[in-house]
Order: sequence, then structure tokens, then C-alpha cells
Amino acid sequence: MSINKNLLIPLTAFVLLVIVLAFGFRLEDPHYLPSELINRPFPEFSLQDLHDPDRTLTVADIKGKVSLVNVWATWCPNCLVEHPELIRISQEEGIALYGVNYNDVSSKAIAWLERHGNPYRLNMVDSSGTLAIDLGVYGAPETFVLDEQGVIQYRHVGAVTRRVWKSKILPVVELLQTQSGDG
Amino acid sequence: MIAELGHFSLILALGLSVCLVVLPATGVYLRQISLMRLSGSLSAGLFVFILFSFVCLGHAFVNDDFSVVYVARNSNTALPLQYKISALWGAHEGSFLLWSLVMAGWTLAVSQFSSSLTLDMRARVLSIMGGLSAGFILFILLTSNPFDRDLPIYPREGSDLNPLLQDFGLIVHPPLLYFGYVGFAVPFAFAIATLTSGKLDAAWARWSRPWTNLAWSFLTMGITLGSWWAYYELGWGGWWFWDAVENASFMPWLVGTALIHSLAATEKRGVFKSWTVLLAIFAFSFSLLGAFLVRSGVLTSVHAFAVDPERGLFILAFLLLVIGGSLLLFAVKATGIKSNAGFTWTGRETMLLVNNILLGVAVGAVLLGTIYPLIYEALTDGKKISVGPPYFNTVFVPVAMLLFMVMAIGPASRWRRTPVERFLKKQLLPWGGSFAGAALLVFLFAPRFEPLAVLVVGVAAWITLGLIIDWVSRVRHKSNRVASLFRQPVSYYGMLIGHLGIAVSMTGICLTVYYSEEKDIRMAPGDVVELSGYEVEFVSMKKVVGPNYEANQGEIKISRDSQHIVTLHPQKRFYETARNMMTEADIDPGLFRDLYVALGEPIGGDAWAVRVQFKPFVRWVWFGGLFIALSGIVTVLDKRYRSRRRVVDEEAGRLQT
Repeated sequence: MSINKNLLIPLTAFVLLVIVLAFGFRLEDPHYLPSELINRPFPEFSLQDLHDPDRTLTVADIKGKVSLVNVWATWCPNCLVEHPELIRISQEEGIALYGVNYNDVSSKAIAWLERHGNPYRLNMVDSSGTLAIDLGVYGAPETFVLDEQGVIQYRHVGAVTRRVWKSKILPVVELLQTQSGDG
Repeated sequence: MIAELGHFSLILALGLSVCLVVLPATGVYLRQISLMRLSGSLSAGLFVFILFSFVCLGHAFVNDDFSVVYVARNSNTALPLQYKISALWGAHEGSFLLWSLVMAGWTLAVSQFSSSLTLDMRARVLSIMGGLSAGFILFILLTSNPFDRDLPIYPREGSDLNPLLQDFGLIVHPPLLYFGYVGFAVPFAFAIATLTSGKLDAAWARWSRPWTNLAWSFLTMGITLGSWWAYYELGWGGWWFWDAVENASFMPWLVGTALIHSLAATEKRGVFKSWTVLLAIFAFSFSLLGAFLVRSGVLTSVHAFAVDPERGLFILAFLLLVIGGSLLLFAVKATGIKSNAGFTWTGRETMLLVNNILLGVAVGAVLLGTIYPLIYEALTDGKKISVGPPYFNTVFVPVAMLLFMVMAIGPASRWRRTPVERFLKKQLLPWGGSFAGAALLVFLFAPRFEPLAVLVVGVAAWITLGLIIDWVSRVRHKSNRVASLFRQPVSYYGMLIGHLGIAVSMTGICLTVYYSEEKDIRMAPGDVVELSGYEVEFVSMKKVVGPNYEANQGEIKISRDSQHIVTLHPQKRFYETARNMMTEADIDPGLFRDLYVALGEPIGGDAWAVRVQFKPFVRWVWFGGLFIALSGIVTVLDKRYRSRRRVVDEEAGRLQT
């Protein structure tokens, strides 16, 4: 069968286009931030303490022990969902839990904690979202697991439920605690 | 439960669409009429099951079922009902379900209004459309299921629909666009069916024309509405940004425009046959390409949908299969097709050819600008670049001007050969008159004399006068002039309206580009600013509360020569749940000018940054768009497309005997 060569021009042009498109699209997931952050030190910050506005908190305040950093806000419905579990973790598991109060109003945040209970040892006020940007947060709640040097070892996006805690976060925490020998 | 039913119904729809591909195609192959006949009922079944699935998702939205992830992400109990419903297509998953519903709707329409088709052709066309449906539904089920649940723990409150989308324009804009995009699947299916059957004659052009015009009309409306929405909702007073997603809708429109013109030549004169088939393939290809660009995250854009490489990969594979396959089929089957009619360089065929070439160049330019960032990134190993309006304006405007000039002389031409003297006689007067008139108008009314404004308005006037003269000459010499008004083919009036719409739009675009004025200024209560002869006074600012937002609302009085004209109330809204600030501009619209006021940020004390704009003739941009959309619909009403003959049954009878 003989084919008129000119008729192959559109097909050739299309194949070239697909190559360009495939190139622009090297299976990079723009949302896949966890790998970027894991094994990196927790970003430097200098933020107000929620309960003591005169005090400035830095990354030194959350280093030293295996800890959890939870990004939360009063406007976030899933934060209320995970709240009972966070309280249980801080009371029963005895692990340090720090809060980053993200894009929120401090007076509202304090009232919210009074009403629902406060599981956090310290709470950073990130009203302009600068720390959240460094952490690559795209929605509260998010929870980070830090080792004793303050290096991020795990990140969970979404509510920490009992199931998430048992299957995903607790194993990481236990591993870190045995490694550092304080478990 | 209801969501699961929706999911299940979608799976059944996938099964039906696969049957729609396989059974009628087998029927064509085996010459089995009973199998070919199944295409109708399978199309209906496909539509019904997708519709049911769509209604189930709607039920989840209306009843605030936040256990469905898609609902929780895009709705909220405080969201007004109309937005709960439009939130269905507010994000990727639901909008693709709508896309599939529209696809099934077109398929059903083709199966219902195909009495002039042979049974064989109908089976082929519907089978191809079924294949496209199958691809779309599979895409939803595998990568973007809107019925996914988040159990047992789900949010008590949804995170609300993006406030930008909480607007009338966005209720209607996506469905219209999808009607357009997906509508191009019909001429595509006709083209492929014709190629496979090997009977590439003018009949397929006649079948495709009304469908193409209708799809193109929807696309025109969708684009026009999107542009209007951007103007009043985004808060900067712009109406076209050459954004990647806008380009994604503009490219199929340009190809579609070329297609409706070349279909006319193919139907009437039997010329450009293989070229027209190629255009039909391209029009739909650009629709699919648009879907890929928007949803794969390859290009960043203000429209950015939920981005997911898995989806991008699926669409890319689908593109490769559908477009690559079609183009291969084209290369094999279009070999040896000859046009059986000659024409000369003064014939209407030449005009339409030039139209097609210029539109092709325009599409190429827009495509290059849209994907150039990708090419650049690939060549420079990851450096990013963005191609902005300067490129598009530099490349597109000259091509468009050439196109408009051809448009001015085109309608006066005749098939095959136009006597040049007649041409000149008809064109000289409108040509001279329109440019002189445009120059005079600009000189008298515009604040400054802009030669390019005279050129564009002059060409628009030339187009309009040429149309009027042509129309009058068609009617004048008839004995009964009123009757001959009605005796012109309806599609001739379609052409008149469409070309007039282009003239209206280009006038609007040109005047608003050259003569808009804007000021961004700090204003406190009591301040007055002067703009284009208007006095704008910032009177006061107060708080107002909406269903799911709070807002600061300004009161701004506009007067001219101390005569009060209008009081505008622009808002700065704060949406509590989505934590989003929104600028609601307030506009005093007018046929010859818009006054546009938007609030910026509060800047100390009770002062605000305020943007006031004077936009002459900006409405004309969209009026023209409406005319253009109307023209396609009018053409469909032409009675030569409403053949009452039941060819299907005739042929069935013939095959049986």
C-alpha cells in the first residue's frame, strides 16, 4: 500500500507534540512534598508563644526529645476531629506535642483550647503562615514527627485518628525512641 | 448508600459504553442489522446511567454528605443551594463526570436525530462516540472517582467551594464550554466513520455541519461567558489574559471556526475533502489537548485544577491512542482522494482557503506560545519561563487583522470565479467610506487620535457595510422584496450575524484597549478623584454579612459635571470557612462605557486602596460573542439539514431483502 507522504505530516507533528508534553511531565508530583522534608531539620522560626505573647519561641524550644508538631487552627473542622486523640496521646503516651496555630486569631485559639482541652506543651502563633509555608503545609491538620535532633522523620497530612496513630505514627515514634535509647 | 449507587451506575455505564463500541461495530463488520440497530438503545442506556450517577452526586451535595470526600472538599452547610449544585462541577472529579454526561448527551442526540443517516453510518458514528465515552468513564473510575468516601471518620463541616466559583457565571460557564469541547466529538466521529467506510464524499460534510455549528456555538458562548466572568469577578477589569487554560479553549475554537468554513466549501463544492476531515480530527484533538493541559499540571495557570500526574499520564495515553490513531487512519485512508471541482484564485473557495490558512497560522502561534514554556524547560534543563500577552498580541493581532480583511471581501465573492470589476464595484465604496467614517468618529469622539484604532474600527465598518450591501443586492432586484427577505437561505443569515458579531467584538476590543483609563489610588471617606471626565467620590465604608461571608462594603458616588450618575458598592469579602479574601467589583454597565470600581487593601486609618476604571465599549466584546454564538445556532435551523426521509429504515429494508 502506498501512502501519500504529505498525509503523514499531521501525525508526525502530533508525535512531536506528545514528546514535548511527555517531557514537561516527568512524573513529578508537585504535591509530593514529604520526601523533600523528610530527613531535613525542622525549619528555623521565631514565633510568638500563644499563651505568653512576650515570649518568642524558636526551633531550640522543640528540640531534644522525640516529639510531634501538629499544625492546627480553630477554623479547621478536621482539627476538632483529631483533638480527642491528640489529648489522649499527650496524656497517655507521654510524648511531647507542640502546636503550630496556623492562620488563626490568637484569642479564638485560646478560647478553643479552653473549651476542648489543651494537649500542647507549647503553641507557636503562625498568624501569617510563614512557618507553614516553610513546612509546605497545604491544609490543616498536618502532623510532623521529629527525632531528638529536631530532624523531620515523618509527615502525616489529615486528621490523626486512632487508626492513623497505631498504624502509621506510633511505629515511627517507637523506632526513634529505641534508636535514641530513651524508649 | 446513594453515593455507592452513583458509583455502581457509573460502572454500569462503562459496561454499556463498551457494548456500544463492540456490538454495532461487529454489526457493521458482519452486516448484521440487529446488531447495528442496538446502537440507539445502547446510547440511551449510557446516557440514563451517567445521568443517574450525576444525580446521585448532586444528592450528596444537596444533603451535605461530607463522608464523600469530593463533597467535603467543595461544599459547606452554609453554601447557598444553587452553589451546592454548581459545586458538582466545581473541581476536577465532578467536572469530568459532567464532561462524560455531556458526551453521553451528544451521543444520544446523534442517535435521535440521525434519520438522514444510513444505518451503517449511524452504527459507525455511535460506536466511535461510545469508545470516547468508555475512555472518559474509565478515566473517572480509575483516577478521579467523585464518590470516594472518607469513612469512618469524616469532617462535620465541608471546606467550602472556592469563593471565586461562587458566582452565576461559573454555574453556567463550565457546562457551556463542555458542550462545545465535547460537541466536537460529533464531527470527529463522523470524520472517522467516513474514513473507515472509505466513502469520503460530500455527504459527510452535510451530516457534520449542523453538529459542528452547534458545538462551535456552545464553545463561543462558553468562552464569552468566561471572559465576562473574569472581567467582573477577578477584580482587575481584564477580560482576556492569554492564560494557558484560556488558550486551551481558544485553540479548539479557532480550529472549529476553520472547520465550519471548510465544511461549507466541502458540502457546496466538493473541495478540500481531506483537509476538512483533518480539521474535524484537529478540532476534537485540541479539545482533548486542552483537557490534558488543564488537568495534568504540566502548565501552571490561574485555573489550576487538582493536579495529579497519574491523571496526566492517563490523558496522555488517551490522546496518543485517539489522536495518533485517527491521524494514522487519515494518512492511510485519505490517500488518493481527489477534489472533483476546480476553482480560480478569485473564487469563494480561495477566500475560504485563505481563511483556513490564516486560522491555522493563528492556532499554531497560540499553541507555540502555550507550550513554549515546556519546550524551554526541556531545552534548558529545568529553567522556567512564562509566555505572556506581549508575545500573543504581537503574533496574533497581525494575523487576525489579515483575517478580518479577507472577511470583509469574502462574502461578496462567488463560488469558482468572481468577476473582478464586480468585486471592485461592490467593495470600493464600503472600503473608502468605512475608513473615512472611522477616522472621523475617532477624531471627533476619542480623547486621542490612534491610527491603529482607526484601522481596526475601519475594517469593522468595512465588514459591516460589505454585508449590508451584499444583503441589499440579493433582495433589491427581486420582484417581491419582502418575500425574498425570507427566501434567502437561513444559513446565509447565520453568516451575516456571525460576521457582524466579529465586527462588533473587534470594535469593542480595540476601543477598550486603546481608550480605557484606570487609577489605583488611596481614598479615605470624602476623597474625590477625577477620571475621564467623571468625579468619583468615596463616601463611606460599612460592614455587611452574607450567607457564608462577611464583607467591607464601600459606597462610591460617581457624577459628571455635578450630575449624579450612579452609586456603586464594591465589596471586599472574607469567606470564613475557606479563609479566603475576595474582591467583588461593582460596575455601572453601559452600551458605550463601563465604570468599574474595585476595593484593594485597607491602608491605614479608614483609607483604602481603590481601583477605578473607565472602559469604553467593553460590553461590545461580549455582545459580539453572543452574536457569533447565535449565528451557529441559526445555521442549524436551515431546513436543508432537516431532511424528513427515513433513510435508516429504507436501507434496513434494502439490506433485508
